[in-house]
This record gives sequence, C-alpha cells and structure tokens, in this order.
Amino acid sequence: MPSLDNYKGQTPAWCPGCGNFSILKTFKDVMVELEIEPHQFTIVSGIGQAGKFPHYLKCNTFNGLHGRTLPVATGIRLAKHEMLVIAVAGDGDCYGEGGNHLIHAIRRNINVKLFVHDNQIYGLTKGQASPTSMERMVTKNQPFGVLSEQLNPLALAVAIDCSFVARGFAGDTEHLKGLIKEAINHKGFTLVDILQPCVTFNKINTYEWYRKRVYPIEPEYNPEDRIEAFKKALEWGEKIPIGIIYKNNRPTFEEKIPVIRDVPLVRQRFDLDRIETIIKEFY
Amino acid sequence: MDYTIKIGGEAGQGIQTIGDTLARVFSRAGYYVFTHQDYESRIRGGHNFFQIRFSDKPVTASREKIDILIALDKESIEQHETELSDYGQIIYDSATLKQKHEKSYFLDIPFVNLAVEHGGNKIMANTVATGAVLGMLGMELDILINIIRDTFKKKGDDIIKANINTAMAGHDYAIKQCLKCAFSVAQISKPRMLIAGNDAIGLGAIASGCKFYSAYPMTPSTGIMLYIASKAKEYDIVVEQAEDEIAAINMALGASFAGVRAMTGSSGGGFALMVEGLSLAAMTETPIVIALAQRPGPATGFPTRTEQADLNFALYTAHGEFPRVIFAPGTPEQAFYLTNKAFDIAEKYQIPVIILTDQYLADSQWTFDSLDLSKIKYTDYRLRGELFRNLPEYRRHAFTENGVSPLGVPGDAKHLVVTDSDEHDEEGHLVEDAETRIKMVNKRLFKKLPLLRKEIEPPLFYGHPEPEMVITGWGSTYGVMKEAVDELSSNWDIAMLHFSEIYPLPSTNKFNYLKVLKNAKKTICVENNATGQFARLIRTETGYSFNRLINKYDGRPFTVDGLTGELYALIR
Repeated sequence: MPSLDNYKGQTPAWCPGCGNFSILKTFKDVMVELEIEPHQFTIVSGIGQAGKFPHYLKCNTFNGLHGRTLPVATGIRLAKHEMLVIAVAGDGDCYGEGGNHLIHAIRRNINVKLFVHDNQIYGLTKGQASPTSMERMVTKNQPFGVLSEQLNPLALAVAIDCSFVARGFAGDTEHLKGLIKEAINHKGFTLVDILQPCVTFNKINTYEWYRKRVYPIEPEYNPEDRIEAFKKALEWGEKIPIGIIYKNNRPTFEEKIPVIRDVPLVRQRFDLDRIETIIKEFY
Repeated sequence: MDYTIKIGGEAGQGIQTIGDTLARVFSRAGYYVFTHQDYESRIRGGHNFFQIRFSDKPVTASREKIDILIALDKESIEQHETELSDYGQIIYDSATLKQKHEKSYFLDIPFVNLAVEHGGNKIMANTVATGAVLGMLGMELDILINIIRDTFKKKGDDIIKANINTAMAGHDYAIKQCLKCAFSVAQISKPRMLIAGNDAIGLGAIASGCKFYSAYPMTPSTGIMLYIASKAKEYDIVVEQAEDEIAAINMALGASFAGVRAMTGSSGGGFALMVEGLSLAAMTETPIVIALAQRPGPATGFPTRTEQADLNFALYTAHGEFPRVIFAPGTPEQAFYLTNKAFDIAEKYQIPVIILTDQYLADSQWTFDSLDLSKIKYTDYRLRGELFRNLPEYRRHAFTENGVSPLGVPGDAKHLVVTDSDEHDEEGHLVEDAETRIKMVNKRLFKKLPLLRKEIEPPLFYGHPEPEMVITGWGSTYGVMKEAVDELSSNWDIAMLHFSEIYPLPSTNKFNYLKVLKNAKKTICVENNATGQFARLIRTETGYSFNRLINKYDGRPFTVDGLTGELYALIR
C-alpha cells in the first residue's frame, strides 16, 4: 500500500501561498486513499505553472507542450487503456492554446481525468489575461482591461454533453478531495475546473474573493439533469457553486473501439506471418 | 509491345473505376503496368484523367503517346486528340457527348445504350467501356469476369450477371466495329502485383507492426490512412481521425510513449501544424514515423497535383537542434521497404523519421513480382513486462555509450517512466543547469548522429559504369529518370544517381558517388521544384555543385519524353 512518502517529488518552484500547493497535497492524499501506486498511472501535463505538477510527485509522466495535454493523453489511453491517465493543465493551457482539443476530447469521451488549475490569469508568463479572466480586469498586456467575455468552461462542457463536469476550490481541500475521487472513479471523460488563487498576479480573484462566493452545491441537486446543470453552470458572480455540476453515463471512446475492447493495444502481439494474406490482395 | 490507354472525363464519371479495373486486368495477365492520375480539386466536373501504360518489358513511367483514349466527355477529345499514336483510337459515346466524329481513328460505341440493353442500368456504361477496350486489344474476358465477381460479391448474383453481360456487349461491339484495331494482347505470364505509393506505405506500416495511426485528412496523404483504416479490424490497429494535425502528432506520440509503434501523415500544410510536435518527439526521444506527401505550395497551392518542394521544409523545420532521418522512396516497392526501415530506425534511436513522397508517387501504381517479407526487419526495442520489471533501476533518459536510453513501457514495472519537453535530467525531470544541458544535447544529437549515418544506404547507380553524363534525382522522379537513361544510352555514356535515403546524406564510404559526379563531364540534377533544393543540399553537405539543373514546377510530374527532350537540348 502506498504512503505519502512514496509520492514525494521535487520541491515545487511555485510562489509561496500558491493555490497549487493545496491541489498537490489533496491529489497525493487521494492517491494514497485509493491505494493507487505511482507506477500505476500517468500524468500528462502541458506548460504553465500547472504543467510542472507531475514533477512534484511521483508518477509516470509526459510533460508535453503547451495546450497539447489532451491529445497525448488520448493517445496513451488508446494504446494502453488499462492505465489511469490524468491530464493536468492550466486555464491558458487548456482553454486557450488547447481549446480545440478540449472540445474533441469531450466529444470522444475518452476516459481521461482532466484537472484544470484555473487561476484566471497567466502565471508563468507573468500576469497576462487568460480565457477565464474576468471582463475589464486590467493587466500589463490588457491596459484597457479584458475586452473579451470570460469563458465559462463548465457551461461549454455541459453544452456538448461532457461525461462529468465539476468545479472545485483549492481553498476547500476536503471538498476537493471528494471531487478528485469522484472524477477518478467515474467512467468517462471528466473535467474538474479547480479555482486556484494566483497570489502574485491576480489581485482580484483572491482567496478572500473566492471564499465569499463559493458554496457547495445542495445535496438534493440532481447532476444528471442536463437543463438544470446548464443553469447551475451559468452561475457566476455573487455566488459560485462548487461540486459536481453534471454527469452522465455515456459509453467511453475506448469501449466503442472493437480492436481494443478485450485486450489493450499494447498487449496485442504482432505477427509478421499474417501479412502475406494482404500482400495477396494486390494481385 | 508497349501500349498506353488514357481515360478522360469529369470527376465523378468513374474514370478511376475503369482505370483501376483495366490496370488490374493487365497486371493479372502478367504485364508490367504503370498508371498515373491527374485530377482537379473537385468531386464533380472539371477535367481528370487516368493513364495506364502496359508492356511485356518493365515500365516505370508514363509515355506521352496514347494508343486508346476513352473519352467520357468532350474536353477529353479536345485536350488529348493530338496525343494519339500512329495507330491510336478514340472511343466515345456520341449519344452522351452529343457530337459525332467522322475521322477514321474515332470509334463510336454506345456505352449507355449497351448498358441499358444488356445490364438494365446506364450506370454500367463504364463496364461496357472496359469490355470494349479489352475487345479492341484482342484480349479475352476471363480476367475481367473474375474481377467483376470479386468486386460485386456482396451485391449478389444478379448484379454480377448484369455486369458480365454488359462487359461482353462492349467486348463484342468493339471486335465487330473496330476494323482498324491492330493490337494483339494475350496472357503472358503469372500475375504481377499492382500497388500504388500510398498503399505501399500503409502496407509497409502494417508489416512493421504499426499499431496506431492518427491523422487529419489531407490530399495526397489521405490514402495512407484509408488503407490502414481498411485493415484496422483485421490487424488490430487503432486509426484515429484527429481534430487537427497538432492533435494527430501528439496522439501518435502519446501512443508511442505508452508502448506501441505509431505513425502520422499529412501534406505540407498539415505537416506545418505538426512542427512543434516534431520538436517534442525529439526532446522526449519518443519514436515516431511521419509521412509527408508533398503537393505544390505555398499555402493551399495545387491541392491535387505534385511537386518536390518540401525537401528544405522537412530538413530544417522545427525549433532546436536534433537528429532526424528522411527517406524519399522512388517506387511503391521502395516505399514499402523504407517505411519498414523508418519504423526500425525511429524506435532503435528514438527519433522522428520522415517519409517524403508526393502526389505523383502516392497515386501511381506499379507492378512488381512480389514483396519479400524476409527483408522486413522487426525488432522490439522497448522494455516490456518481465524484462522491464527485472531491471534493478531505471532512468528514462539515462546517459549511455551510444546516446540511446532504455525505452520502458509505463505501467509494466514499478519503475517510473518520466519525460519532459523541458530540458531534463536522466530521470526525465526538468532542470535548469548548464552541465546537464550539454550532456543531454551530446546524448540526443552528437552520439546518435554517427550511428544514424551508418544506417543510411548509398544512392542507386544505374546506367553506364563510367558515365560522361550523370543525371541525379531523389524520390518520385526515379522511374522517369531511369527510362530517360535507357533511351539516351544508345547515343551517350549516361547514368543516373537516385537517392531514396536522403538525410543524413549517405556517406561515400560504401559507394563514392561524389567520384562518379566529379569524373563526369555533365552532371544534371533533376527536380520537381523551382529552386533545386536537393542540389543545394549536396552542395551544402559536400561542396559539390552540379553543372546544370532541370527543374519543373508546373504542378505536373516529369514525363520521359519531356525529360529526354530537355536532356537532348542540353547535350546539343
């Protein structure tokens, strides 16, 4: 059985007080509680502060390019779907650079667990607006304030029938732990958007700002009602819901591919002798 | 004996069906066949043609003179009437074309009426035309009948019977009406294999144990994906149509990381989107094979035509410095074996390997006696299962003597497989220090380069052993250059150098091609591009400059007649 010590990675290079620390701690706790050993899963990450996440614990890792976490994660799942594959990205990474991939990963319903560290700002490049930055937020690069409307990733995901849509808050680790567990245990693509204060560059969406607004979704809420889910996903401003907003039981992409239904691709042996048959077709 | 048949018409009229069927009949009858296609970027209308050359001697290119023209539209006659050989014939249906031709080399065959009369459906007009051509050639229908049986197996006996009847109607009509037909064609030997460039790459990938192909459709590379997809179920391959080429290469890299042989393919525009992924493959040392089927650019260019103008792009694209290998097959046979070699080298050295083709090779069919599976190399270089579990320790990017680190399959052992697009240490974790950086560059680049050079085979040398004139080329120009050498060799001491393994440029140790060039009086580099990119590569790498360049950049392939014409002009 793994313990927290098994998960000790490099010392994080994040700013002191960064919301990422509590996400990292919570994630490790979940893996220990679910008894998932470091070699039993792969984290795919991109570029940004969230992209460094897998280096700060122990696991198989593909730290790829900015925005490209989901295609790599998809490829890994298609080749070896017996392995848990987790994608970690930031809001710029996943909703900006890699927006197209998010749409299509949701469509496929590839069984990848996506955790987005959403701090509503670009941290690594020092404080430019991200797709989830609020309108009118002034930055060095947006001197007239953010002019585009803030992206609502959860409403987007519900609109295209994402298999699992949730929001967490890095300041409520007990609640977040439950969400991460639910996501890992869910069969299908999961999007967990985690509100995570950037203490250095985002002076608007602070711990205090979030704490005043977030509230856990009522226990009687039915996350399988898509219309209600859409309404819930639209809530933002004075009150921000955290918890599972939507889920469904769509079959996964992997289940629908006959070639890998029984045996993962990586375990299927290659037999050169069988090639003779197709060569004959060219006569 | 050396005949050429051209089928011309609008897109959607069934040119390809007639062409494919006739080519198959000739290859099964034991002839050497070469086909090529010329089509526009549209699904209906326009003017397209399919050209078949067949002979009892090997053929490797198209000729300009046509012996039989099947004109499915008026424009075919307008464009190609002048290409007829002395005994050439044009067959057409005056009722469909709404015009009548009185010249002696026209043969009016009521394709549609015969189809309706004998098959009950005008859709079989193309079968009438196919049968008619075989009648004109004096060939029996047995091979065609077998092909019809295979093609329509799933559609039932009635459809098969109707098609056979219409083929016979066309055949009989041509025999009775074509009084000037002086062709004589019969079964000459056992059937030959008939295969196009794209199919050969797909087949080569499957025969190399490729398990994953992700791509976004783009002419002229799409055929590779279509071929592999058609075999996906039978040979347990996952073929995924990605949302874009960026996703395509990243998916393939993910699959490769997870332990399977993976490939992607595109044309120039799509490959442009893959470029950051090419660099990612290099940094993470993840094996990948990329097919780059060229078409004329820049931008959308000529989507369905041919050019060899992406050599520089393939050579130099992507940020950073890293090793890559580029193959440029000249025939479908070379495409098959080089695809295999691409998979082997990509995995052995954990690098990206590019297979550079073009529309001309992608869509051209050639005949071969067979493909030899004993020449296929399949070595699994990955650490899997028990082998991986039994390792006492593991570091994905460990420094080794030859620069190649152990490639473990994640999840197969307790060892963690970690890789990073950032500069990283031996374990795969990101670092910032200068010392590790230098060691990693040495490992990835300088240690592997000399080993890669040793893998590369010299160019093919064909023609006069001590030539006064040497024509040099790479990739798809092989067949045309070879026939040009044959044609000119009676008057000149001529030879050709054909490069199919083009980067790293072959060393002169195994065969001193530079000496051949230096000893010749005239050296000409023949390229299907505007600026002579390969000639420049040779000059950059060896200091050797060709005397002359022959460049063609009209979006069309070289023809034997065209190239020999240009060579004659140079000789004079």
